[in-house]
Amino acid sequence: MDLQTIWFFVWGLLWALFFVTDGFDFGIGTLYPFLGKKEEDKRAMINAMGPLWDGNQVWLITAGGVTFAAFPLFYAVMFSSLYSALMLILFALIIRGVSFEMRHQVDSPGWRKLWDTCIFLGSFLPALLFGVAFANIFKGIPIDQNGVYHGTLFTLLNPYGLVGGLLFVMLFMVHGAIWLAFKTEGEIHDRAAFTATALWPVLLVVAVAFLVYSWFATNLYANYMANRSLFVVIAVTVLALLATRLFLAKGAFMKAWAASALTITGAVFFGVVGLFPNLFPSSMDAKYSLTAFNASSSPLTLKIMLVVAAIFVPIVLIYQIWAYKVFSGKITEDEMMY
Amino acid sequence: MDAMLLSRIQFASTTMFHFLFVPLTLGLSILVAYMESRYVKTGDETYLRMTKFWGKLFLINFAVGVVTGITLEFQFGTNWSRYSAYVGDIFGSLLAIEATAAFFLESVLIGVWIFGWKKLSKKAHARTMWLVAFGSNLSAIWILIANAWMQSPVGYTIRGGRAELIDFSSVVFQKFAIVKFLHTASSAYTLAAFFVMGISAYHLLRKKNVEFFTKSFRTGLGFGLIFSLMVFIVGDINGIVVAEKQPTKLAAMEALWNTEKGAPIYLFAWPDQEKEENTVEIGRIPGALSFLVKHDLNAEVQGLKDFPKDERPPVLLTSFAFKGMVGLGTLFILLTLYGWFKRNKLLESRGYLKLMIWAIPLPYLAIQLGWIVTEFGRQPWIVYGMLKTSDAASPVASSQVLTSLVAFIVVYTLLGIAGFTLIIKNARKGPQDEQEQTPAIEDAQVAEA
Repeated sequence: MDLQTIWFFVWGLLWALFFVTDGFDFGIGTLYPFLGKKEEDKRAMINAMGPLWDGNQVWLITAGGVTFAAFPLFYAVMFSSLYSALMLILFALIIRGVSFEMRHQVDSPGWRKLWDTCIFLGSFLPALLFGVAFANIFKGIPIDQNGVYHGTLFTLLNPYGLVGGLLFVMLFMVHGAIWLAFKTEGEIHDRAAFTATALWPVLLVVAVAFLVYSWFATNLYANYMANRSLFVVIAVTVLALLATRLFLAKGAFMKAWAASALTITGAVFFGVVGLFPNLFPSSMDAKYSLTAFNASSSPLTLKIMLVVAAIFVPIVLIYQIWAYKVFSGKITEDEMMY
Repeated sequence: MDAMLLSRIQFASTTMFHFLFVPLTLGLSILVAYMESRYVKTGDETYLRMTKFWGKLFLINFAVGVVTGITLEFQFGTNWSRYSAYVGDIFGSLLAIEATAAFFLESVLIGVWIFGWKKLSKKAHARTMWLVAFGSNLSAIWILIANAWMQSPVGYTIRGGRAELIDFSSVVFQKFAIVKFLHTASSAYTLAAFFVMGISAYHLLRKKNVEFFTKSFRTGLGFGLIFSLMVFIVGDINGIVVAEKQPTKLAAMEALWNTEKGAPIYLFAWPDQEKEENTVEIGRIPGALSFLVKHDLNAEVQGLKDFPKDERPPVLLTSFAFKGMVGLGTLFILLTLYGWFKRNKLLESRGYLKLMIWAIPLPYLAIQLGWIVTEFGRQPWIVYGMLKTSDAASPVASSQVLTSLVAFIVVYTLLGIAGFTLIIKNARKGPQDEQEQTPAIEDAQVAEA
């Protein structure tokens, strides 16, 4: 396999890792106003992601950095095209990040309420907008031969984009509810487990709708039709989604979470496999599309970065998994920091 | 206003804001790790309380630093897409390495440190903070290598309408990058030292937690003395490197218009960019500039008139920022030296303690001035001698940039107010546990005995 192809799939993998790890934080944050009835519930929810969210978020920085390093032209055109959407995401992430630290600093209901709202918006908006952005990439973006974007923020909010956004929100809510159930005990645990189970059929409907809609709205299936064995990606994703429900019914939350993580990875790869070799297809003319081959870095940079990734991504995974293990027990009152 | 100018204002203000928090992270992480290690080694509870108190201030600062850093990486794409497409082959890989090899370490382990007090052994917990300190400083190394490349592009060739990497190690190990890191890191450690000394001085003046804050002050003092000297020495080497690689920046720093042998330094000069001369020049030291940058009183130094008008940086701003930075750097050495002689009589040196409270913001100012010299002094280039800033911006509507700029100003102002208010509030409160147990007066008696 050539370097560009390898990097294309590494690129997809890094985004998938971001959605798997920070995805449950987004999900918990989105469920926060609905599940956090009492102050102690809210604190349990924040502390369930407390030690981990910061490290999770770095997968975004890594995915962004690797996009820059491996496909600089794509990085330049994508982020300038999606200017307003990306800025909204970044502001939301800023607000989410400080909320955890700020909320417990002043003991007043008004102050806490302010940061409660910020936690919700800072989690819900990125979940929705990442979904919208990726669905639009699957569909094609109006860019001309100079990589100049012909549209606005609202161009992205088309029906297919919105279904993509909804899919991400649902995936993350289920993912987050499972993590919360895994980390907590008592009332909040029961509520989280119930929520995951209740949201699951909705997720199933949205996921199937997205798969069907993609047939009509995108060219993703062209690769699948050309090579039928690729359908295994979709099959695995659907099986993982079914397994999630199965493990939920058994109360095996760790396994349910892993199945949900596989579902998210599958959803990303459903698109990535369908896109190849396009990174940023143009909806104006296929000639203007940015691909793994016309937008990549030089072979030397790709080689160096591949060595860097092959060394450091496993190392990061090792100490991140270690951190997850350190905090895999149920949260107790005396270890709540927020 | 056009999108390019708005993007410049946005990038400058968001980077400078981010860098209000970065230096304290770089320096205080080391000090907190040192305090915790002392606790593990000696079993002295004061060091544990110091770790918790300074650690709390560290975390508030860290939170604001982290969230404001995220936007920077993406602004290269959103606002500087032509730059990104042109140099991404080199510049992008440096940012990607920073995230993978360094930023991950500090971000994952900071969570473990905050929540891991009861989950890890004392030794392992202290080690976590050392790794946070290592990660954040390693992160600074990669970012500064990337910045150094913008100042002094090396190891590339222009191919297919963009800069392509041909020699990775010359990018990573160039002298410019090494000196830049040492200068930035030692200035950050100086800032952290003054932060610790200033807050300790506040409490020592009130004779509260005397043992606690005497220990803290001395920890900061030793650190501050070493690194305020180092920042000066490395700064001098930095000048030599700038003279070699960025002659227009050096000439602007010293407001030197004509190429001359035995080039002087002026204690004060008011440059006029249009007239190409200094309207006021006071305190001429002949040969000083030649000596500083070439170690030869008679060496030739290039003046600004050697370069086309549209390739000169804003001279007034660059030179004033440079003089301010050097003046402050000198003051830091004097303040820490004086403190070293008073280190056993801190409580009686009330005037000095008061001065040290007021000195807290000064390293912040010096560091910002330093970045003004670095970044404005590089103009009109975004990559020195290779790509102009005016050719680097994204083809986006200026209304979009204006909207995001206004949003940044609002959000960052609120963040800044919240962050600094919380730091000041917690700093004033002092270590809570002890205050409840021992009244201030007893504490003072202990210290006198």
